[in-house]
This record gives sequence, C-alpha cells and structure tokens, in this order.
Amino acid sequence: MIELAIILVPVLTAGVALAWRSNATRPWLLPVAGVLHATLCGWRGLAPPAPLASEWVGFDAVTRAVLPALSLLFLVCSFYALSYLRLRAERPNRTFTGALLMLLGLMSLALQARHVGLLWIAIEGATLATVPLLHFNGTARAYEATWKYLLVGGTGIALSLLGSFCLGYASLYGGGSGDLTFAGLTAQGGALSRPWLMMAWVLMMAGYGTKMGLVPMHTWKPDAYGEAPGVVGALLAGGMTTTAFIALLRVKQVVDAAGLGGMTQQMLLAAGLFSMVVAALFLLGTPDFKRMLAYSSVEHMGILAVGAALGGAGLGAALFHVWNNSLTKGALFLSAGNLRRAAGARTRDDVAGMAWVSPWSARILVTGLLAITACPPFGPFFSELGIVRAGLGAGRGVAVLVFLGSLLLAFLGMTRLVFAIVDGRPGRAAKATGARFRETAGLVVPPLVFLGLSLGLGLTTPPLLRETWAAAVKALEVIP
Amino acid sequence: MTDTVNLFIGLAMGLNLMALASSRIPSIIRIEAAQGMVLGVLPLLLEGEPSALVIAVAAAVVGVKGFLIPSLLRRAMRAAHIDREAAPRLGFVPSLLLGAAATVGALALGLALPLMPEHARLLLVPGSFATIICGLILLMSRTKAITQVCGFLMLENGIYLFGLLLLGSTPLLVEAGILLDLTVAVFVIGIIVDRIQRSFDSLDTRMLTELRE
Repeated sequence: MIELAIILVPVLTAGVALAWRSNATRPWLLPVAGVLHATLCGWRGLAPPAPLASEWVGFDAVTRAVLPALSLLFLVCSFYALSYLRLRAERPNRTFTGALLMLLGLMSLALQARHVGLLWIAIEGATLATVPLLHFNGTARAYEATWKYLLVGGTGIALSLLGSFCLGYASLYGGGSGDLTFAGLTAQGGALSRPWLMMAWVLMMAGYGTKMGLVPMHTWKPDAYGEAPGVVGALLAGGMTTTAFIALLRVKQVVDAAGLGGMTQQMLLAAGLFSMVVAALFLLGTPDFKRMLAYSSVEHMGILAVGAALGGAGLGAALFHVWNNSLTKGALFLSAGNLRRAAGARTRDDVAGMAWVSPWSARILVTGLLAITACPPFGPFFSELGIVRAGLGAGRGVAVLVFLGSLLLAFLGMTRLVFAIVDGRPGRAAKATGARFRETAGLVVPPLVFLGLSLGLGLTTPPLLRETWAAAVKALEVIP
Repeated sequence: MTDTVNLFIGLAMGLNLMALASSRIPSIIRIEAAQGMVLGVLPLLLEGEPSALVIAVAAAVVGVKGFLIPSLLRRAMRAAHIDREAAPRLGFVPSLLLGAAATVGALALGLALPLMPEHARLLLVPGSFATIICGLILLMSRTKAITQVCGFLMLENGIYLFGLLLLGSTPLLVEAGILLDLTVAVFVIGIIVDRIQRSFDSLDTRMLTELRE
C-alpha cells in the first residue's frame, strides 16, 4: 500500500496542480508533495517488508538503497523551486509544477518497477514529463535543446523498448511462460536464449545508457542541462540518471544470471571509462559553466558504470556514489542557477567577479566543485576511493589509472572555469543584474543544505545506509 | 496464412524504401500512413481465430498509425507553412542504397538468430530490423523536423513488428505502451514543432546550431 502511495502522492498532487487556479500559491504544492513523499520513503525504508517475487511494483532492497536519495533531492529542490518560481512570477507555472510532480511520481515508479515492461513505461513517461520543464524559459535556445532531447532521448527510449522485447523473446525461447518480472527472468537463468539475451543487453545499454548520458549517447545532456532551470538540472542529473542506472542494473542481473556476466562487465567498464575520458576532455575546453555541470554529470555516470562493472564492493561503492552524486549535484546546479541569473551570462568570456556579485552562491559553487571533484572529507571522495580499491582488488590496474587520470583532468578543467567566473572584477552589466536578482535565503539555503548533506555523508556515513547498499549488492549479485 | 503475413511484411519493407526515396514530405506522410495500416492488419492474420483483444489492438493501431498521426502531421505542416521539399542531408540515391543494404543485412541477422518453430517461417524479425534501420536512416539524414518525426515513426513501426512476436505470450501491457507512447510523442512533438517554428521562423533543423561546443 505504501509502495503505491509513494507513486500516487506526487501523481495526484500533479493533478491538483493542473487544476489549481492561483499562480502565486500553486508552487506550494511542491514542498507539500516533497514532505509527504520523503515521509513515506523514510517510513518504508526503515521497515521494509520483502515484496513477493510475482509483484510488479515493490520496495525491494535495490529500491531501498536509492529511492530515499531521490526523495531527499526532490524535497530540498522543492523549497528552492518556491523561491525560483517567485522570481519568475510573470510566467504561468501550471505545466511546470505539474510536470515536476509527475516526474517525481514516474521516477518513483521506475525505481520500484520489478517488471521489464512496466520499467520501460515509467522511464518513457518520465522522459515525456521532462519536456515542458526543459523549455520553461521559452528562449530559442531552450527549444533547440528540447528538440534535441526529444530526438536523441526518444531514439534511446525506442531502443530500450526493442531491448525489452528481445529479453521477452529470450525468455519465451527458453521455455518461459511470458512472466517478464525481473525475479522470474533471473530464476530462468541459463535457460534464456543467449543470442537474444546479448541483443537485449546491447540494446538496453544503448537505450538506458542514453538516459544516463554515457558517451557517445550523451549529446543531449549539455544542451538540456545548459538551458533548463537549475532546479530541473538538479533533478535530472541527480534523479533521472539514477533511475536509468538502476534500470540497467536490474537488466544486468538477469543477463548475469544467465552466465553472460563477463560480457556485461567488459561493456560497462569500457563505456564507463570512455565516458570519463571524453567528459574530462570536454571539461578542459568548455567555457560555459552550466554546460560544464553537464559534462561533469557524464563523468559521474562513467564512474557509476565502472563501479557496477567491478561488482561486489565496487557496486556497493557505486550505490554510495549515487547518493553523493545526487546531493552534491543538487548544490552545484542550484548555485550555478543563481549565478547564471545574477550574471545574465554563462561563459568565461562574459562572467567574472561573481564572488562580489553573489557571494553566497559563489562560495557554494566553489565548495561544491571541491566536493564533486572528490576532495576529502566530502562524500564523493569516499565512494570513489571505494571504487578505486575495488578496481585494485580485482587486478584492474590500467582501468584504475585511466579512472584517476580522468578525475585529475576533470579537476583541472573545472577549477579553471569556476575560478575564472568567481574571481576578478564584475562587469557593469553583472552588477546591474546582480542588484536585480539579490540572493535570498530561499535561494541560498537549499544548496547549502545539499552541501551539508554531502559533507555529512563523507564524515559519518550512517550505518543504516551502508547496510542498505550491502543488501542491494547482495540482491543484485546472483551466482549463476 | 504464413504466406499472406509474409506478403504484408514484405509490403511494409517496400514502403520503407519508398519513404527513403521520396522527395516530398506529404508523400512520406502518406507512405507512413499506409505502413501503419499494413502493420495494423497483421495481428488479425497472425492469430487464427483473433480474440476480442487482438481485434481491438488491430483497430487501434490502424486508427492511430493510419489516420490520427498522419492527420496531426499534416496539420503541423499546414500550421507551420513548410514547403514540401524533404531537404535531405544525404542524397536520395545514397540513402536508398543504404536502406537496401540494411534490408539485406537485416535478413542475414534474422537468419542468424534462433527462432521458435512457429515463427521460423515468418519474416517478422528481418522485417522489424530492416524497418528500424531505415527509420534511423530517415531520422538522421533529413533536416526538416517533420521528416525526422516520420523517421521516428518508422523506427517505432519496426519495434511494433517485433512486438508481434510476443503478442500471444505476454500481457498486452507493452502493446498498450507503444500506442500510448506514439500518441503522446506526436502530441508533444507537435507542440514543440510549433514552438520551434515560432522561435526560429523555420522548421529546418540546420538552423538549430546555437548550441555547440
């Protein structure tokens, strides 16, 4: 019952938002849904009953390890959205509020989906719900980004549907009765048809990899994150990517159980490292600080893929990294949104001296930058350390070297860009726009909270969370 | 019965190539509509005695793919005052050759994959792969937004063909997903097309070049 409530609360609130008349009070529905959602997730997370194998929707060990992070991300973002939408009071926010809530509901469904087809429908729905969020600013650039998102994302989603069908056929060919729950498919194990399973894995990796933003299917990401409001960027980079990652993990479990674990490992490792290297190279070159965050997101998806490829302790560290990535990206996207608004520009050439124009957001961006580039004692340092350890333990020295090399390049590229926009003298135009968009508590506290959470995760990782990650790894690793 | 089914699938594959070769947007839309109707009839032919559910699926597919979506596309075209040239990035002959090569490749791939005895004599798998690849070619090689949508629809048609393999064994959830998806996708795309037109004063995606590294 609570499982369904976690999905239905945001979906029904979305319906209320569409019917709500007042533009000024409508955004309050976001924190209301956020608080309810977080309460339900927390409650279920503390006392989870194991779902039955045949259930299509359930709060299983994997859900328990990541859904609370998404809920927390949305909760803090929803308070930021209040202040953000007050700044944009001239714009109708009916669709924006409704789509944001719908996105939360569909991501909650995707993270709880235990059936191949249901999972696909949830991710497809979430993709469509994102569309109105991306072009909220209504500029020509925003529409261009939305079009590219629709074409690339739509193709990715279509390929993952084909992959789901191939998985279904693999089961049917192996004598399956049409049961497409992940539990049923895993139980079929080696009976699944291998050629069809390989097709399924390749297509799903391309499809859900597009949603994650693994190279070379990442091309929509810089455009979409660059043009979308900061709060949407935070939810996509911290939530949507997690959802696609979990989808891939659930499919990987089926493929591994059929004895093709070697293939999934190799492919994830290659895609992960390739994403990290390419993202690091782009990070050295991009002059736009919002696009920089998109490339950083591509890099962190690479890190997740590498962790998942290593399995065992590496997978556990990857699940830890899901939390770190979500919360730290929250701080970065929200503060970058503040800076973008105050500066009235977005590239190194036009923006300087933001430490004087918006001191709080500038400080948060710099600290968040240190956190995401894995400086101790922030959370990302510990999760990435865990992945490196797992890599060395598995004897993958070269992979670890590439991993560390890309992290270093990304650090160089990001610090160069961030300090260029924070230091120096602000231009006259930036002073004027900065005076128009003053920093208020509502715009600064949410990213600060994210930063605090990222720091807290690093200093004292709650034992309960460690336990959930370990349980999820155990649930995902089936010995064939 | 198998021969009739294969005839229809062959027809759909021929329509792929026709779409790749046509230079006018309205004719591409017409070809898509015809392909949608051909695909809609297939479930009836595949089942010896079609159940009410299968008949409903067939009717819905013919209605959505054959009539609803083409009329939405035509309306978008009228509203946006697009001229009728398909404006290819890759010429018609090269894309046609690529499409033909893809069809041959799809036949080879279809032979290489193991099939259940009842599907072994059907062209569903090669037909599906050929349609998907031709859809991708159309999607990537044309510059007008509407033609790209047509490519995407062709891609979806290919996936639908594959889905027919599972029609008998799995609940119709996934089938319903496709229809829903198509309607919503076109709806969303229709709105976006309208906005792109207003912002850029053109539906030529070559104009969409503000965002690049």
